[in-house]
Order: sequence, then C-alpha cells, then structure tokens
Amino acid sequence: MTPTTTESARALKTAQVGEMAQRGQALMSQGEASLAAMRLLKIGALYLLLIFLALIFIFPFIWSFLTSVKSDAEVFAQGVTLPSVWRFDNYIRSVQSYNLLRYLFNSTLVSVIVAVAQLALASTAGFAFARLQFPGRDLLFVAVVATLMVPSQATLVPLFVLVKHWPLLGDNDIWGQGGFGMLDSYWALTVPLFATAYGTFLLRQFFLTLPADLEDAARIDGSSEFGIYWRIALPLSGPALATLGIFSFQNMFNDFVWPLVTTRSDVMKTIQVGLAQFRREGTTDWTLLMAGTMIATVPILLVFMLGQRYFTQGIALSGIKG
Amino acid sequence: MSVATSSAIRPRRAARTGRWGQGYMRERRLAALLFVLPSLLFLAVFVVYPIVNAFYLSLHRYNLLEPPVWNGLGRYQLLLEDARFLKALGNTFLFAVMTVPLGTVISLLLAVLINQSIRGIYFFRTAYYLPVVTSFVAVSFIWLWIYEPQFGVLNQLLEKMGLPTFAWLRDPNTAMLSIAILSIWKNAGYNMIIFLAGLQGIPDYLYEAAEIDGAGATQRFWYITLPLLSPTTFFVFVVYFIGALQMFTQSWILTQGGPLDSTLTVVYLIYQNGFEFLKMGSAAAMSVVLFVFISIVTYINTRIVRYDTHYN
Repeated sequence: MTPTTTESARALKTAQVGEMAQRGQALMSQGEASLAAMRLLKIGALYLLLIFLALIFIFPFIWSFLTSVKSDAEVFAQGVTLPSVWRFDNYIRSVQSYNLLRYLFNSTLVSVIVAVAQLALASTAGFAFARLQFPGRDLLFVAVVATLMVPSQATLVPLFVLVKHWPLLGDNDIWGQGGFGMLDSYWALTVPLFATAYGTFLLRQFFLTLPADLEDAARIDGSSEFGIYWRIALPLSGPALATLGIFSFQNMFNDFVWPLVTTRSDVMKTIQVGLAQFRREGTTDWTLLMAGTMIATVPILLVFMLGQRYFTQGIALSGIKG
Repeated sequence: MSVATSSAIRPRRAARTGRWGQGYMRERRLAALLFVLPSLLFLAVFVVYPIVNAFYLSLHRYNLLEPPVWNGLGRYQLLLEDARFLKALGNTFLFAVMTVPLGTVISLLLAVLINQSIRGIYFFRTAYYLPVVTSFVAVSFIWLWIYEPQFGVLNQLLEKMGLPTFAWLRDPNTAMLSIAILSIWKNAGYNMIIFLAGLQGIPDYLYEAAEIDGAGATQRFWYITLPLLSPTTFFVFVVYFIGALQMFTQSWILTQGGPLDSTLTVVYLIYQNGFEFLKMGSAAAMSVVLFVFISIVTYINTRIVRYDTHYN
C-alpha cells in the first residue's frame, strides 16, 4: 500500500550498506581494489543495458514525432534524420482535415464522466462491503468479483443490442423499438461503462484498512452511515480514489472497440475512433498521420506525468486479484 | 497482501445489538443496502444480463431489424463448418502463444532490472512504462510507419546492418509476428509493474541469508526470486493470455485481418459478423465460444495457483 515507505527504507539501507562499504574500502588490500573496479564495470554495463532498453521503448515515439514535423519529401529520405525545417503546420493541417479537436473534446468529456461515475458507484459499494453489515453481504461480494471473469469483448454484441433497444431514448418507444436507443450519443459512450467490479473490489480492499475507531466514535456522536462515508471514509482515501479515477480515465480515453461500434456521426466520435479513420481512408500521408497520432497521445501523456504515482499503483493493486 | 476481514470489530458490534435495539440495526442494514444497490444494478444490467443474452442470441437467427428467430444449435454448426472461423481461432491461439510466454519472461526480467536502487532508476521505469499509457490505436499507427517496407525505419536499419529485410505486415508469413512484436512492446511495462510489486513483497532477509550461505546472483534468482514469485507469474500469465485471446485493435488498424486472413482473430470475426454483416446470432455464438475458452483458462488458473510457494 505504501511503496514510498518501503522505498525510503530501502534507500536508507543502501545508504548504510554504502557506508559500510566505504569503511571496508579503507581496509582493502591491493587484490580487493581490482574487485572494486570490477564492480564499477558491472554498474557501467548495467546502465548501458538500461539505456539500450529505454531507447527501444522511447524511440518509436521520438521517431513518430520527428516524422510529424517533417516535410513530405523529407519523410522518404534514408536514415534517421532531423527535419531541416520543423513544420509544426502539419498539426494545423491535421486538425483542419479531420475534426480532431471535437474528437478530443468528446474523449475528455466521456472519460471524465465515466471516471466520476465509477468513483461514486465503486466507493459507495466498496464502503458498504468493507464497513457495513447486511444480510447476504459476503455472497453479493463474491458475485461482484465473479463478474470480473466476463471478458469485455464477449459482451460486445449483446451490449450493443441492449443499448440499441433502450426504451425511450433515440426515438425508441417504451418497448425499445423503432429508433437507435442510446447509440450515437453520449449515453452509449458513458452509461454502460459506469459499472465497475474492479473499482468496487479495489476500494473495498482499501476501506478495510481504515481504522475502525474513527468510525465508531462518529457513530456514537450520532453520525449517519452516509455521514461516516462522506466525512470520514472518503477524506481518508485520497490516494486510492485518485488511483481508480486516473485508471478509469485512461481506460476510457484509450478505449477503441466500444466507441467504434456505438458511434456513427462525426460529431460523436472519440479521438481513438477519429484517428482510426485516417487508415480507413487509405491515406499514406505519413506527416499528417503522425501529427494526428501525436495529438491523440499527448493529452494522456500529460495526465500520466501529473499523476504518475497513481497510474502504476492501479496496476500494482490489480495484482491483488491473483 | 489480503487484508483481514472486519472480524476484529465484529464482536463489539454484536455486543452493541442489545444496547441499541433492533430498530437501529434495521435502519443501518437498510442504509447499507442503499449503498450497494446502484453498483449492483449497473453490474446486473450492463455485465450479467449481456453475457446471459449472448447465450440466448446465439441460439437464434437475428439481424437486429426483425425479431430473433429460433435456430437451435444451427449457428454453432455453421461455425464448425466455417473455414474462416476455424482459421481465426487458430490465429488467435497462435497470437497468444507468440506473445504470452515471451512477453511474461521479458516483463519479469525488466522488473528484476528496475528493482535495483541505483541513481536514475525512476527515469527508466517511466520510459519502459510509456507505451502502456498510450492507446493501441496510436501505437499501431506508429508501428505501421516503422514496419513500412520501403521507407520504414526497421527495414532501413536491417539493411544497414546487412541483414535481410521483410515486407512485415504485407506478407502473410510475417504479419502476425509483426503484430506480436508490437503487442509485446506495448504490454511489457504493464506486467513489469505487477512483477515489481511482487518482487518488493519478497522479504530481504531471504536474500541476505542466501548471500551469507554463498549463493551467487543467478542462484538467488532461481532459488528465491522465481519460486516466491510464482503466484504473481501465474497471475500475469493468465491475465495476459485472456487479453491475447481478445486481440482486435492492432489487426483492425494494421492489416484489416489480412493479408489472406493471416491476422484474422475471433474478435475481428465477431466485429465483422455483428456490425458489418448484421449476423448477430453468429456473432453471439462466437462470443459464447470466446467466453467458454476464457473461462477454461481462468478455471485452470484457480486450480494451479493453489501451489503457492512460501519460505516462512
């Protein structure tokens, strides 16, 4: 739960080890000096390996960015080269040929809505499963965890059928016939994704770690269950909520299949679906394509830079499932 | 890692029942139900009902416009006779075999590498994690350009090193391999973080004891790290496998299932049947097959994962 404390403990320990090593070095004989040189060599090799691997993971992004600011002629030049003139107008061209800003707006909007809704649903349910007593609680919790086993792609078709026949939306009658239901609207892009077994599980695990004393004290003072949830549990759960919120936002922002099948009109497309149509229209305009790719990538990278700690925490915590 | 349930506070609660009376307890239980109801409702409507409906639809002929027509196991029979479906099934497993074992090993090695406390290790962690943050659509486009046979940077590099070049995504023999490479690259950082969490859960004194006993770095890895990490490894392996069985986006963007159906996957066929041909019954039958395969993988996991290693 607290990587920072283990990290600092680790750092402290390495500091101690380093000190011991220094003291030891003073006593070192000639033969052991070459051992130290070996160690230095080992660390050098380690860094070389780390840098080489970093290049493998970062280079494609750099290459894509460089292509996005080159002229069409330079794109087809041999070798890895920098652009002679940095053509940022490729980005303007890219935004003008496709409705990229609208797609970006759609993606941000639906991702925020889904993240907030998931936080509300998962925190209330997680709180009840962790801190409250009611008949059938443990059985219901097992049922919630069981839904984690349902793969999202296996429900793609029936979920589509469901939202298309949603009553009283998109010109549908009360029986869900005659229109498009939730399709091609923000409804389809948000509401079906509110449910989150993963989030409920994650927050329940977190709420279990909160001390019971505060809660008991509040209860004696006459606080309602909602009061305990709102004024005690939530304020103490900042990091866990941030983790789930960022995790949900990222998943929704990068989601492709669901927006692909539920949106038709251009104004409803998300950035991933909008970007994908670059390919569908058979373009080989690489500068334009890479500029579009960068536009779809940079916002989520910014979110990543701001909430880096929480990104990786969400994944590490998901390991609890196993 | 699992946290003790609230059994520690339960006795106090039970004692209080008498003091506060039945009415108060009932009120609290009602409040608790209100807390879980919204979440349960959404899960029931948007997860449980659809997967049940997948079974129902798979027994029908259904084009979305007219009401479903009962077809018994007819859709499944069609699948068995459909060469493209069998090909897609084979391709999907081929993709899983190409990516999962190798991807798991790579992620584990990366985790061991970045678990060291040396200067600047956070930079490397972030760097390896970068592809995870971005979307499969964006990453697919970046690799489409890298794999470009004539001007792509990969073939240029191979040529400079005097190695043979390939048509990559345009050759049925290498198309799936190309998608596998980019998928391993994209997912490595994700599984690396899970492994890292597992590694940091291994107590240090085991390593110290082994070092005193004269075990080298390799021995420590084989006899401490690997056995103690086996639950994490199974978890990564299974989640990775389940994900691989659902591969779609890369294929849709990079090859459209081609060339010669060499990158056609089960989910790709579900998409085609459901949303291009409007054969919802067939698409549902394929979804059920996918669901069953994934359930089998999950079931095997719950059997195997019992064999945890503990050195305490």
